[in-house]
Amino acid sequence: MKNVWLHRYAVLWSFCTLFLVVAGGLVTSNDAGLSVPDWPLSYGRLMPPMEGNIFYEHGHRMVATTVGLLTIGMAVWLMRAERRRWLRNLGWISLAAVVSQGVLGGMTVIFMLPKPVSIGHACLAQLFFSTTVAIALFTSESWSRGAQMVDDAGAPPLHWLALAAAGCVFAQLALGASARHQAIGILPHVSGAVVATGMVLWVSVRVLMRHAGHDALRRSALALLSITFLQVFLGIAAYMSRLATADAPQPMPIMVGFTVAHVAVGALTMAASVVLAIQVLRHVRRPLAEMQREGVAITSA
Amino acid sequence: MNKVLLSCGITCAMLLAGCGGSKPPETAKEEAAAPASAPAAIDEANAATVTGKVSFTGEKPAMRNLDMSANPACARAHAGAPPKSEEVIVNGNGTLKNVFVWVKAGLPDRQWPVTSTPVELAQKGCMYGPHVIGVMANQDIKIINDDPTNHNIHPLPKINQEWNESQPPKGDAKLKKFAREEVMIPVKCNVHPWMRSYIGVVNHPFFAVTGEDGTFTIKGLPPGKYTIEAWHEKYQTKDIEVTVAAKDSKTVDFEFKGV
Repeated sequence: MKNVWLHRYAVLWSFCTLFLVVAGGLVTSNDAGLSVPDWPLSYGRLMPPMEGNIFYEHGHRMVATTVGLLTIGMAVWLMRAERRRWLRNLGWISLAAVVSQGVLGGMTVIFMLPKPVSIGHACLAQLFFSTTVAIALFTSESWSRGAQMVDDAGAPPLHWLALAAAGCVFAQLALGASARHQAIGILPHVSGAVVATGMVLWVSVRVLMRHAGHDALRRSALALLSITFLQVFLGIAAYMSRLATADAPQPMPIMVGFTVAHVAVGALTMAASVVLAIQVLRHVRRPLAEMQREGVAITSA
Repeated sequence: MNKVLLSCGITCAMLLAGCGGSKPPETAKEEAAAPASAPAAIDEANAATVTGKVSFTGEKPAMRNLDMSANPACARAHAGAPPKSEEVIVNGNGTLKNVFVWVKAGLPDRQWPVTSTPVELAQKGCMYGPHVIGVMANQDIKIINDDPTNHNIHPLPKINQEWNESQPPKGDAKLKKFAREEVMIPVKCNVHPWMRSYIGVVNHPFFAVTGEDGTFTIKGLPPGKYTIEAWHEKYQTKDIEVTVAAKDSKTVDFEFKGV
């Protein structure tokens, strides 16, 4: 019963963090980042008048505070209830991450959006969200049933492929954040989309073709594949809406909508790639290791 | 726990490395271009005048309505007549409003006395007025909030010190200045993203902004050969050279073409 509620809390925490990613996306897309010039107070108060873009900036701070409190709760609950030491440590790491996010967010305000800090804030947000999803997975009932091992017969090794795909997705997110904060142009992010989508396709199709009967692997691969396809279309829509509204005197709702959706689904893509990598590492037996266990002599080709 | 502390330490180090960017005010002031030689007053007896107008040719662009629904106080200020973007204002006589005209080159190397009268920049109806202003370096800009809502004033200079400050409804006026010549400095309000104005900062008093009739007058010029520049936020810049003698009066007309 205790672990069920811990898992439910982790799921709630993940959803709140996704909402925080959306709130942050709204701040950037509405150019609201500096609408509250002071930090940590807002116009010298805990609650400023929520007029104009102050609604987005201070709203983001309020959601961030909520997620921060939920993170403290998660770290403490894991410490008290979890026997797995690595998971307790992950709880503390997530707390350090959310505190760092708060500091980075404050620095973006105080130092007026220095690009490295804004990009770091965006990237850490994605990593933090993936961590919440991972902890939700680790506290789930399906995880507690243990590993159902399958063999990996292909090349390159599926472990490598899954980790590389997650790495490419994160790199793509970083390129997107860099473009969004005008540190680089859009071309690297568009090029990166081809690479990241290709890697996702590669690992997902490999899993679906060879391990379709494995529930955890199949579901993770299908989720990553479908989320990635949605993300590609949202990226195209975000770019086209930005071009179409380039001359507008203020951020237009259609551009804001598609861009923020692209940011949010980007976070889901990252989390899905992390989940697939975790599932592959857990359930897929490396062929080399298996051969060594059976005492088969290995010779180089 | 050690790993957590190490992570925090690395994060802090990265934060410090990523900090900064804007020059501290002291540095900007120290590097402020202080023209050589003695301070000079305008020689009214021999001063020349350059006048002119800025014409617009081509298709007049349609300016979009501004959506102020995010702040009811702003929307109420324009009830019945939604305001339009001020990016391009073509006057009834075919001239352009809000063009900053200034003497870009040719002035003698001397320090011009800074006007003590501040230039006003008002926030009214959640719009900046005037849309374009000119000031001398180190001349005061008096920023006024006439609205029943908060604003934040956020100039985006490339050379001068960037700053971002809030101003409460009907609050005290702010007096700000820029230390270095910079043409032009965009100003925005992050609370109301449609608000935009531009400030031209120059080291001398020879500048003007076109108004409802699209004309400009620059008085008090010493005799000499000058480059006069006209700047528009959408159509960029055009330069014209003019030579004036003592007590001369010359006409310099600019033309911008719509795209």
